[in-house]
Amino acid sequence: MKIHMKTFLRKQQGILIHNIANFLWVCGASTFLSLASTGCTSPENGVNGQVIVYNWGEYIDPETLELFEEETGIKVIYDEFETNESMYPKIEAGAVSYDVVCPSDYMISRMIKNDMLAELDFDRLPNAKANIGAQYYEQAKGFDPENKYSVPYCWGTVGILYNKTMVDEPVTRWAQLWDEKYADNILMQDSVRDAFMVAEKLNGFSMNTLEPSELETAKNALIEQKPLVQAYVVDQVRDKMIGSEAAIGVIYSGEAIYTQQENPDLEYVIPEEGTNVWIDAWVILKDAPNKENAEKFIDFMCRGDIALKNFEYITYSTPNDAARELIEDEEIRNSPIAFPDLSQYDNLETFSYLGEEGDAVYNELWKEVKAY
Amino acid sequence: MTSNNKKKWLSAPYALWSAVFIIIPLCMIFYYGLTDKTGAFTLDNIVAITTVGHAKALRLSILLSLACTLVCFLLAYPLAMILANKKGNKHQFIILVFILPMWMNFLLRTLAWQTLLEKNGVINNVLTFLGIPNIKIINTPAAIVLGMVYNFLPFMVLPLYNALSKIDENVINAARDLGAGAVYTFIRITLPLSVPGIISGITMVFVPALTTFVISALLGGSKLLLIGDVIEQEFTRASNWHLGSGLSIVLMVFILFNMILSAVFDKDGEGSML
Repeated sequence: MKIHMKTFLRKQQGILIHNIANFLWVCGASTFLSLASTGCTSPENGVNGQVIVYNWGEYIDPETLELFEEETGIKVIYDEFETNESMYPKIEAGAVSYDVVCPSDYMISRMIKNDMLAELDFDRLPNAKANIGAQYYEQAKGFDPENKYSVPYCWGTVGILYNKTMVDEPVTRWAQLWDEKYADNILMQDSVRDAFMVAEKLNGFSMNTLEPSELETAKNALIEQKPLVQAYVVDQVRDKMIGSEAAIGVIYSGEAIYTQQENPDLEYVIPEEGTNVWIDAWVILKDAPNKENAEKFIDFMCRGDIALKNFEYITYSTPNDAARELIEDEEIRNSPIAFPDLSQYDNLETFSYLGEEGDAVYNELWKEVKAY
Repeated sequence: MTSNNKKKWLSAPYALWSAVFIIIPLCMIFYYGLTDKTGAFTLDNIVAITTVGHAKALRLSILLSLACTLVCFLLAYPLAMILANKKGNKHQFIILVFILPMWMNFLLRTLAWQTLLEKNGVINNVLTFLGIPNIKIINTPAAIVLGMVYNFLPFMVLPLYNALSKIDENVINAARDLGAGAVYTFIRITLPLSVPGIISGITMVFVPALTTFVISALLGGSKLLLIGDVIEQEFTRASNWHLGSGLSIVLMVFILFNMILSAVFDKDGEGSML
C-alpha cells in the first residue's frame, strides 16, 4: 500500500553505509540484467507465453513468481509502481500493455468507472472463490459493487502507532494527536487523503465527504494540529518510530507488525473514532494481451501456501482464509493487528474515488494546510 | 566537403541533444503552463503564484535560498583565498576533499544529515555522551539551510577559487608597495577583481537552492512548504501538470534574472568555469 524504499530509508544509524553498498550492488546487478536480457537473449516467453504484472513496490515474495513460472511455464514480466496516482496515467496512456494490476480500492472504482477493467470469470478462479473470505468480498463491494472486477490481495487499517515508554496513558483516539503534551512528538502522514481522513474521523465526518463546511472544519483542525506535528512523513514513519524519534505516529497496519518486531515498545491501535479500511486487489485490464495467463496468475496468488509466503514476506494482512489457517505462529494468526475483528469498530470506511474535481478540492485544501 | 562543413557535422549530436532534451521539454513546460485542462490558452497557472499559499511558499524559498547563498559565500570566500594562495599540489587535495561528497548521490547525502541531526541522531548521541545539551534543529528552517549549504557549497567554492587564482600577484604587490594595508588591498583590489566569481557562485548556489524540494522534505519534515515542493506535488500527486508548469515558468523568471546579472558582471565567463 505504501511507498517502499526499504533499501533507501531504513536508516537506523550505521545501516546507511550498508545500504549504500546494497544500492550500488542493486544498480549494478539490474544494469547487468537488463543488458543481458536485451543484448544476448530477446525477452523470451515461457512455453505457455507470458503474463505482465504491475504491482506495488516490495509487495510480493519474489519466490512466488519463480514458483509460478516453474509450475505453469508462463513467464512473468514484473513491474512495480509507488503510488496509485503514478500507476494510473501509465495504464491510461497504454504505453505498456499490462495484464494484471494491483490498485487500491478507490483507484479500482475509478478504473471501473472509466471502463478499463475486464470482468472476471470466477469459474476459472477456483482458489479465489474458495480461499478469499466472504467478508472481504463484502467489504470490496464498496468499490466493486458486484464483485465482478477484483480479487482482494491485501487489506488493512490505518491507525496509531505509539511508543509505550513515551506516553503515560493508553492511546485510543485520534483526538490524542491534538494533545499539546505530545507537541513535537507526533508523526502525520504526508498524503492528502490519509491526513484528511484523520481530521474527518476526528470530527465524525465521512472520509469521502465533499461537503464544503465539513472540509473547512477538517482543514482547520489540521492547521491547528500543525504546530504539534514533528514531521509529515510517508514511509519514514516506520523508521522514525523504530528509532524512538516520536511518541505517536499515523501508520498502515501492515507496517505495524514489522515495526513491533524491530522495537517491542511500539503498540498499534485502531482509533475509536473509526478509520480507513483499505483493500488492494488484483484486477485484469480490459485490453490485457494475455487474459488467460492473467487469470492463472491471480488464481495462483490465491492458493493458500502462496498467499502465506506473501503474507510472511510483506506482513500486510491477507484476506486469504486458507493462508491464515496455515500460519504456524498462533500469536500472529490471532493478532488483532493483522486480523482485527472489524465488527467491533464503528465508522470504518473505505476510500472512494472523488472524481477529478473532488481530488482537486482536497489537494487545494491540503496545500493550504502545508503552506500555513 | 570543406573542413568548415565537417566541423558543423561534428556539432550535430549536440544540437540534437539540446533539441530533444532542452528545447522540447522547455516548449512542453510553456505549453502546459499556458493552457488549461481543455487545452485552451490561459494565464491562470501563472497568476496562481499570487494565491496566499503559493506566494508564501515562494517568499520562504527566496528567504531560505538567500540565507543559504550568504552562508555559502561567507564560508567559501576565505577558503577560496587560502586555496588560491597555496602553491603546489596541496590545494588540489583540498579541492578534491570538497568535491568528493558530490560523487555521492544527493539524496543519500541529505538522508545522512537527517540521521545526524535527528533527536536521537548521531550528533545528539555524542552530545549526550559528553554531557552537553542536545541540539534541536531537525525539522526547522535552520536544518533546511544547513542541508542546502552542505549540498551547494562546492558550487560557490570553485568559481571563487577560479576567479581569485587568476588575479595577478603583481597587482596586489603593487598595491602593497604603494602603501595600502592588507584590508585596504582586499577591499580595493582583491574583492573587485573577484566579482565575476562571486556572481557566478551566487547564481550557482541560489538557483538550485530556490528550486529544491528534497531537502525541505527530508530535513524540514515537510512542515515548511517551499515553491519546489508545490511544483513537485502538482506533478506527482495532484497530477495537475498545468499548474505545476505555470509555477515553473514563474521560477524561470528568477533564474533568468540571475543569468542576466551574471552576464553583465561576468563578461569573459571567467568565473563560470567548473
